[in-house]
Amino acid sequence: MGQAIAFYTLAAFILGFAVMVVSTRNTVHSVLFLVMNFLFVAALYVLLGAQFVAVIQVLVYAGGIVVLYLFVVMLVNLKRPPEAHQDAHRHGAFGFWLSAAVLIELVVIGIYGYARPAAPVAAVAAVPAGGNTEQVGWLLYTSYLIPFEIASMLLLVAMIGAIVLAKREL
Amino acid sequence: MITPTHYMVLSAALFMIGVVGVMVRRNIIIIFMSIELILNAVNINLIAFSAQLHDVIGQVFAIFVIAVAAAEAAVGLGIILAFYRNKETVNIDEMNLMRW
Repeated sequence: MGQAIAFYTLAAFILGFAVMVVSTRNTVHSVLFLVMNFLFVAALYVLLGAQFVAVIQVLVYAGGIVVLYLFVVMLVNLKRPPEAHQDAHRHGAFGFWLSAAVLIELVVIGIYGYARPAAPVAAVAAVPAGGNTEQVGWLLYTSYLIPFEIASMLLLVAMIGAIVLAKREL
Repeated sequence: MITPTHYMVLSAALFMIGVVGVMVRRNIIIIFMSIELILNAVNINLIAFSAQLHDVIGQVFAIFVIAVAAAEAAVGLGIILAFYRNKETVNIDEMNLMRW
């Protein structure tokens, strides 16, 4: 019962802030709503027992990426709001209809799933000992060592690329 | 009782909000934020299944998704800055240099 209340409260906040992010006129407000959205998603991760990912979410998303966004919003001069002029070639309604079609598709899949529920999945082995962080770290440094190193290379390349792109002249 | 289906519905709704943001807004910074919302929806799915199956592999993949999202944000915002320096706009309707 308590879990249900927590889930529905967090879900309402997550969806509400997500709607605010895409609907606010002011870009800075949009970034701030995005922070709140990330924080509530992190709370949802705690509810799911993924404490390590929740901390990473707060550190990387709410801490790092959002600061990056704020810097860009501040650097980019938005005196002339991008939404001000109307472009006849742009069909805003088309986006809504396409999204509605995908949403209907998802609902149909959900109804189909309820009508013929999948066989319950057998719990995988026994839950290994150790805390959540310990398990994730163990996997990252054993089975997923190569993807982990590739991810670090990706971040290095992205860092160099961002510097090259944003630098005025090389 | 909260089942994985609940989490999937939440994830799908968040995903759709992100898609609507990408399709409807013209400010490229807000479009990038909508992409972050979409990636978050994917992460919620991964973590929900990880909790359901008592398997932390889903969380490992969520961390990879976060790493890729960070790289994407850095490069994307660099592109926005470079573009803004040339064209003085963040409106995607005016970003049509490479359109046919």
